Order: sequence, then C-alpha cells, then structure tokens
Amino acid sequence: MTALLQIERLTAGYRPDMPILHAVSASLSAGEIATIIGPNGAGKSTLIKAVSGLVTVTAGRVLLEGQDITATPPHRLAPAGVAYVPQTGNVFTTLSIAENLSMGAATLPRRQARARIEAVCADHPMLAERLGEKAAVLSGGQRQILAIARALVTQPRLILLDEPTAGLAPRAAAELFAVVRGLVTAGAGVLMVEQNAKAALRISDRGYVLAEGRNRAEGPAAALLDDPEIGAIFLGQRRAHGASATPDTAAETGR
Amino acid sequence: MILQHIADGILTGAIVSLGAIGLSFSMKILRFANFSHSELLTWGAYFALVLYILHRLVGEPLGGALGPFSFGLPIVGAAALSIVATAALAIALHRLVFARLERRAGAMTMVFASFGVALLLRNLVLLIFGPDPIYYNTALQFAIRLPGGVRVLPDQIFVLGVTIAVVIGLHLFLTRSRAGIAMRAVAENPDLAAVSGTDTGRVILWVWVIGAGGAALAGLFYGMTVQLRPELGFGLILPLFAAAILGGVGSLYGAVLGGLIVGLAENLAVMVIPTGYKPAIPFLLILAILYLRPQGIFGSTGERT
Amino acid sequence: MIGLLSYLVFFLILALVFGIAVLGLNLQWGFTGLFNAGVAGFMAIGGYTHAILTGPAREPVLGGFELPFAVGLLGAMATSGIGALLVGLATLRLRHEYLAVATFGIAVSIQLTFLNWAWLSGGVLGLIGLPNPAKTYLEGSLAQNLAYLAAVVLIAGAAYWAMQRLVGGPWGRTLRAIREDELAAASLGKNPVRIRLEAFVLGSMLMGLSGALYVGFIGYVGPLDYLPIVTFQIWTMLILGGSGNNKGAFLGAVVVWAIWTGSGFVISRLVPPELQAQSGAIQAVLIGLILVVTLLIRPRGLIGERLEVSRHARS
Repeated sequence: MTALLQIERLTAGYRPDMPILHAVSASLSAGEIATIIGPNGAGKSTLIKAVSGLVTVTAGRVLLEGQDITATPPHRLAPAGVAYVPQTGNVFTTLSIAENLSMGAATLPRRQARARIEAVCADHPMLAERLGEKAAVLSGGQRQILAIARALVTQPRLILLDEPTAGLAPRAAAELFAVVRGLVTAGAGVLMVEQNAKAALRISDRGYVLAEGRNRAEGPAAALLDDPEIGAIFLGQRRAHGASATPDTAAETGR
Repeated sequence: MILQHIADGILTGAIVSLGAIGLSFSMKILRFANFSHSELLTWGAYFALVLYILHRLVGEPLGGALGPFSFGLPIVGAAALSIVATAALAIALHRLVFARLERRAGAMTMVFASFGVALLLRNLVLLIFGPDPIYYNTALQFAIRLPGGVRVLPDQIFVLGVTIAVVIGLHLFLTRSRAGIAMRAVAENPDLAAVSGTDTGRVILWVWVIGAGGAALAGLFYGMTVQLRPELGFGLILPLFAAAILGGVGSLYGAVLGGLIVGLAENLAVMVIPTGYKPAIPFLLILAILYLRPQGIFGSTGERT
Repeated sequence: MIGLLSYLVFFLILALVFGIAVLGLNLQWGFTGLFNAGVAGFMAIGGYTHAILTGPAREPVLGGFELPFAVGLLGAMATSGIGALLVGLATLRLRHEYLAVATFGIAVSIQLTFLNWAWLSGGVLGLIGLPNPAKTYLEGSLAQNLAYLAAVVLIAGAAYWAMQRLVGGPWGRTLRAIREDELAAASLGKNPVRIRLEAFVLGSMLMGLSGALYVGFIGYVGPLDYLPIVTFQIWTMLILGGSGNNKGAFLGAVVVWAIWTGSGFVISRLVPPELQAQSGAIQAVLIGLILVVTLLIRPRGLIGERLEVSRHARS
C-alpha cells in the first residue's frame, strides 16, 4: 500500500547554497498522526515548509499517494489535498472570520465553498457566532482553531501543522490536541511539528526526531516516549541538561 | 475666497486619490515604491487623446456635448478604452521588467528599475507628442455658482462624481469578490494566501490592472480639467506618494483621504506661501506623517515583517 | 585633430566631475545601503554655493564676495555637508523606500528654492559670469581646458584615494558590517545611526564638490541644471559601473556620459533644430534603457562588488 506522504532524502533550505535539511526522510499513512520533534534549529519547521512548497528543495522527493509533488508551487497543493497551518501568521488578521474561511475555500466552486464553510462552522460554533469579526480580535487558541478550520474547508487528505500549541495555555493546548486527534478519525493524515513533544507524542502514532537537519531517530510514538535516551535529550526528562548524553548517541537507539 | 480654495482642493484631491489608490496597493502588495506609477497617468491621458482623435478622423462626431459638460460620448468611450490600454501597458511592464527582477533581486532593485521605466515612459510621450500642452477640447464652459460665491465647472463635478463611484466600486470589489478578498489576504500575508490555494501571481496582475485603471482615469481627468503635458504624471509623483503614505499603504480609504488632504493642503497653502513653492507641499506632508505616524492614518503596523 | 582633442578634454572634464558625484553615491548606496534619490539637490547646493562665493557682485542678488576658487570648492562641500546632516537627521531612520521618496522630495524642494528665491540664486536666470581661474591665467581654450582637466584629475584622484582608504580601513569595515547585519554590528558597540549619517554626509559633500566643479567649469549656474534627470543620470552611472566599486563609479560616469553626449551629437545631426525637445527625449530614453537593461542582464554592473545591489535590500 502506498503511503499518504513519503518524504525521500530531502535536502532543502531558504537559499539553495545553504541547505537546512540534509537528506531527511519520513513517511505517513492515512489516518495517522506523525510528530516531528527535535531541538531548536533542527529544521523541523523547514521540513514542513519544504513539503508545502515554501522553501527551495535541492535534492530528494516528496510523494503524495505516490505522486511527485516536490516542485509544485504552494497554491497548487491546496487543490491537491494538502493543507498547511503555519506557526505564526496563521490567520489573516485584517480579514473577517468569514473571509478567512472563504480564503480556505478559494479553490472550490462557489456553491460547494458555501456548503463547506457552513459545515466547518457547524463543527466550531465559536467561529459561527463571530463570522463578521476581524480575526485580529481572536485569542491565540481561537486563531489556531480558525487556522485549522480554514485548512479543513477543502477536506484535505494531508494536514501539516507547525507548532499548533505554541503560546497556548495548557487547557487550550489540550483542547487543540483533541481537535487534531479528531482530524485523523475522518481519515486524513497529520504531520505535526511540536515543541510540546511529550503531549504531542501521546496523541501521535509515529514520531521522528530531527537534529541539525538530519534524521536522528524514528519509531512508534509510544516507543519514543518510553526510550530513556530520547526522553533525556528531547523530552525534557530528568537528564534534560545532562552532559553524558549527546544527540549522536540517541541516534542509535531509534533505529 | 477660502471656500473657492477648498472646492479646488477637493477637485485636485479627487484626481490625486484616483492615482494614489494604485500606488498605495502596489507599495503594499508588490512591495516596492514604484516611481513609474505616475507615468501611467500620462499614458492614460494620451491614450484617451489618441482614441479621441482617431474617432474624429473616422467620421461624424458621435453626438454633441452631453448636457452641461464640455465633452460628449466619444470621450467617455475613449476613457474606457484608455483604461484597457493603460492596464495592458502596466501588465507588459510587469512581465518585461518587474516580474523578471522580482525573482532574483530585492525591493530596491525594483525601485531603480522603476526610475528607468519612468524615464522611458515620460520621454516616449515627449518624443511622440512634443513638449507643448494639448487640450481635449477648447469649448467654453459656464461655471456653476454655488452658495458662498464658489464657482465650479460642470466637468469638475463630473470628475468628483466618477471618483466617488470608483471608490464605491472598489470597496465592493475588495469586500465582496473572491479576487478582492484574495488581494487583501495577499497584502497581509502572501505565503499564507499561497498555501490556502491563492495564485499570488494572478493577484499581482489584478493589482497592476486596478492601479493602471485608476491612473488612466486620473490622467484623463487631469487632462480634462487642466491640460495634457508630457510631465503631467511626473509633476504628480510627490502628491501621489504623499497621498499613499499619508493614508497608509494598502488602504483604499487611506489613499482617498490622503489624496484629499494633499489636494486641500496644496490649494490652501498658496494663501500663505508663494505659488512657486506649491510643489514642495506634498513633500512636507510626507515628512510630517513619517514622523508622527509612519504607518499612515489607516495603516496597520502589520504582524508580518 | 585639435578639434577632436579639445572635445576629448571637454568630455573628460565633465565625465570626471560627474564621476565624483557617483563616488559619493557609491559611498551612500554601494557601501552603506542608503537610497539617496536626491543627488541633484546636493549637487545644486554645491553649485550655488560655489557661484555665490566666487561670483562677481550683482545687485540685487546676494554675492560679490569674489573669493578664491578653492574657497568656493570647500564652501560647496561645507554647505552640502550641512544640508546632508539636516536631511540625514530627519530621514535616515526611514525604511529604504521611504528614504527614496523623502530624498526625492528634498531634491525637488531644493530645486524649487533656487528657482524661486531670486535674492539667493538669481531665480530662473541663474548666476552668470563666474570666474574660471584657468581662463584668468591662460590663453587659448585648449590650454585653459587642459589646465582645468588637470585640476579635476587631481581632485578626482584625491577623492578616489580618500574613499579607497576610508572603505578599506576600519570605518569601511564597520560600514559593511552594519549593512550586512545591523543588529550584530550594534551589539559590537557600533552606532549604526551615527555611521550611516557620517556616510550620508560624506557622500553628499562629494556631490556638492561635483556640483561646484561643474559650475566653475561652465561659468554659470541655473535651476534647470538640477532637475531630477541629473539624479537618474548619476544613478545610471553607478549601476552601470558597478555599485560597491569606486573604480566602477568613474567607469560608469565615463561610459554613460559618452553615451549621453554621443547620442546628443548624432541626434543633433539628424534631427532638425525645431525638434530640440524631442531629441533630448531620445537621450533620456537611452538612459532609461541602459538602467533597466543593466538591471535585467548584468545587475552587478560592469565591475561591481558582488550581488550587492539586491542582497541587502529589504526582502
């Protein structure tokens, strides 16, 4: 069976002469959540941006259900079933909530767009009540909900989330993770970057550990959570700042 | 006396507003200060002139003047075609110069290029039409007396009316149409708009078309109420920039309000300073606004860089 | 033969005089990243200062100081420097494109002032009959122009040498550091605002010097010599020569001035005199074309530094 998303030895960066990712691979099946964790500057967000066409890929491939989407311009990915929710600037603050949702529906025929927006609003009454208000007035958690709702208007097969809980209070973060879990029950796949690694792995099926732009470890989320080395280095457990373990030793444990 | 200056200021302001709307959008969405935008006013005015002359060559003029105005249906048709021609010119400039530079260079290279393009456009008009002022029409018009001893020409009222209609039309476009909403979205965050499925390249073409359309109308109205000269647009560079920056780049109503302020300031200032210094007024307005409120009256500081 | 030689001398004087202004612009844009769209204004300040300081008395216009030529040059540098200091304090904290609009406006305002303030500038007629020391002491126009050329070569050479020393030294390194990464430079204790202001003032002083040498040579100063087209010419010289390279500044000045005068010569032979305005338009179209085509096919210019025209622009 073909994977929903297959990332093969991807080398990418903001400038062609300065790659941030070095031959990174990962894969994701439909109905699965995969979380990418790793220290700051590991290239986690860059990986997601490379999949969504926002950074230059110099080597490697990205396959969506077996189809090569590597050099596809970002605006063609939405109709292909890929939705991306960035970490910052995830909503159009100068647009109303209704307009934000209609931006998500830009590639759909008008009638279908209206129906999809209504369906998304039915799932999120908070949005339905405030359609006319500017997105600027929303709180961080509400903006994240709006951003995900906008992405869901097109009923994407693949949803890319860049640190969805960044800056959220613990309760809002927990609510958001519940929303993310709900996404996959409908059959979509979610690839997510999270600082909040432990909580993210708990709702995930797979995990990938990146460091310095390279694959360091991967495996079922539960296995990564239980792995003492990973725990020490990347999940902020006991030896979080321990001198004895380095990211390199962690690499052996995952594979 | 002061009322007359205010009336004249509002008229100048309407023309500046029409020209500044496009400049303001392009500063926000194309992200560079386009010094060649004002030349689109000149080209719009001369396109209309050429079409008007062509029409008269073809045969009997189509009807006489409309009501109290100095012009008839032909100039209305020439205006419509001039908008199309100016938009085509703008898209050609985008394709030939600005889009090619944008891919590999930064905003300032685009500004240099706009210097060069401005020089080219202005002097091509000078080359073809010569330096002397031209009028669409020399028919006499009777001024209308308004209360307070203010005199305005019917053409001036027409200009004001069309400007208001254009602003209302643009407002509806920006808030109701998909293309308009996409334009506002790209103005705020082009990456997010792209990943949401919006083709930003198409939006940029819209910006050029709207900017060129407004510029063509502004140039035509300047030609109707003042005169046509090859330096028509060049003389409006600072007023247009002042209006766009005053209002806050990217804001429709900002550009309109900015244009009115510039028009009023220019016309009221001549009551206290010698007329020769009038062209410096927009510049002083630019300096003042950049000091007091750099984002302009309606501008937001923006969450993005 | 003599005719060709005297023309060459005449040509070189003006090309080098413009080259000094390009050198100043190169310091501002090429090395510091300051977009000065008001070059003509600073050249005008220098030109008028020189004319007022060295010119003969002429009621009711300010003047009659009849100071030595060199004092005129130094005065021109001083006033354009003071002008740049005031302008810089008011505008240098603006973003690039706003700085371009503001300096463009300043040049327009300066030109308007000289056009309208007749007591200072002689108004639209300008100031005429300015002394040229080469003409006072030498006979024959070729000898006079050769002497003036020698002086210009000396001054341009000194300016070039000084600029090379400056940008190669610690001050120049600081400039580059600020241009590449302002925050990092500031964290090293450099004051970016101050250094930028210094570069802006110094560059504008060279523009003032250029304006003064121009006026001293042609013996006349008038407001129509400082229209914005001058700014575009100087910019085209810099872009074509190669921004960030002091040799490129002079190379660009010579090449662009050769194209300008050469095309003017050809057009004057082909176009009847009553179409004079149109022939000027052809020259300006050429300048515009050179600028656009250079940016499209050779953005580094003939001998530019690196791809700096674009790199430090705001993205």
